Amino acid sequence: MELMGQYLGAGLACIGMAGAAIGVGNVAGNYLSGALRNPSAAASQTATLFIGMAFAEALGIFSFLVALLLLFAV
Amino acid sequence: MATEAETGLAFHPMDQFVVKPLFRHIEPGTCVPSQNITEGCIRWYEPTNATLWLGLTALAIIALFVFGTRGRAIIPNRVQSIAEMTYGMVYKMLEDICGKEGLKYFPFVMTLFCFIVFSNYLGLLPKSFSTTSQIAVTGVLALMVFLGVTILGFVKNGAHFLGLFWVSSAPLALRPVLALIELISYFVRPVSHSIRLAGNVMAGHAVIKVFAAFGAMLLISPIIGIVVTPLSVLGIVGVYGLEMLVAIIQAYVFTILTCVYLKDALHPSH
Repeated sequence: MELMGQYLGAGLACIGMAGAAIGVGNVAGNYLSGALRNPSAAASQTATLFIGMAFAEALGIFSFLVALLLLFAV
Repeated sequence: MATEAETGLAFHPMDQFVVKPLFRHIEPGTCVPSQNITEGCIRWYEPTNATLWLGLTALAIIALFVFGTRGRAIIPNRVQSIAEMTYGMVYKMLEDICGKEGLKYFPFVMTLFCFIVFSNYLGLLPKSFSTTSQIAVTGVLALMVFLGVTILGFVKNGAHFLGLFWVSSAPLALRPVLALIELISYFVRPVSHSIRLAGNVMAGHAVIKVFAAFGAMLLISPIIGIVVTPLSVLGIVGVYGLEMLVAIIQAYVFTILTCVYLKDALHPSH
C-alpha cells in the first residue's frame, strides 16, 4: 500500500512537467515572434532567451526531483 | 510486486549514477552504519569512479588548452580554433552581461564553463560516469558561486548591496513584501542553480537507459520485439543527439547565470 502511494505520488509529480513545458514554450514562442518582427535585435537577446528558458525549466526539474525523492528517498 | 520487478528491467536506469570504488567490488547491502556493517561503505581516501572521471575532465581541459594552443599558429588548426572559440565565447558572454569590470573574474567563469562542458561530454561516453549528474558536484559549484558572489557584493558595495532586496521603484507599501520575495529568491538561487544542471543531466541519461532496456525486448519476445527494438534504438539515437545539445546548453546556462549573479553583485541597483 505504501509502495503504491509512492508510485502514485511519483507519477503525479510528473504533471509538473506540463507547467514547465508551457513555460518554456511561452518563452521560445515569444522570442521567435519578437525575433521575426525585428530580426536585427534577435541576436543580442539570445542570452536573455536562455536565461528565461533556464528559469522556466528549473521548476520542471524540481518536479522530476520530487518524483525521484518519492521513489528512492522516502 | 518484488517478483515483477525482478523479471522486468535487467538493470535499473538509475544504476549508472551509483558511486563505486574503483579497485574493489561492493556487495549491495553491506553498508549499514547503524548496525556496524561498514565493509561495503566507501572510505574517504578511496578513489571512486567519480574521482576517475573528474580527473579525466581536468586532463581533457588541459589537453585542449595547453596542447591545442601550443603551436600558436596564425592560421589555427582545428583544435586551436576550438580552444580560441571557447575562450572568445565565454569572454564575450561575460563582457556583454557584466561589462568591463566583470572581466576580472573571467578565469573563474571560464573554468566553470570548461569543467561543465567537458564533464557533460565525457559523461556521454558509453560506460562512463557523468560527474555533473551528482548533486554533490553541482552543489559545490553552485555554492561556490553563491558564496563568492555574496562576499564580493558586500566587499564591493558594503551595505548598498542590500539595495538588491529593496526595490526602490515600487510603491512604499509594497516594498517589504517584495523584499521578502527577493530575499527568498536570492537564497533559492544556489538550489535551483545546482539542481538544474544535475537534474537535466540525470534525466537525460536515465531516459537513454530506459530506451536501452526496451531495446532488449527482442530477446524476451520476438513478436513485440520486432516492433519495439528498432523504435527504441532510434529513440536512443534521438535522445543521444538531444543530450549532446543539452550538455552544451546547460553549461552555457550555468555560466550565464553565474554572470548574471556576478552582475548583481557588481551593480546591485534595482
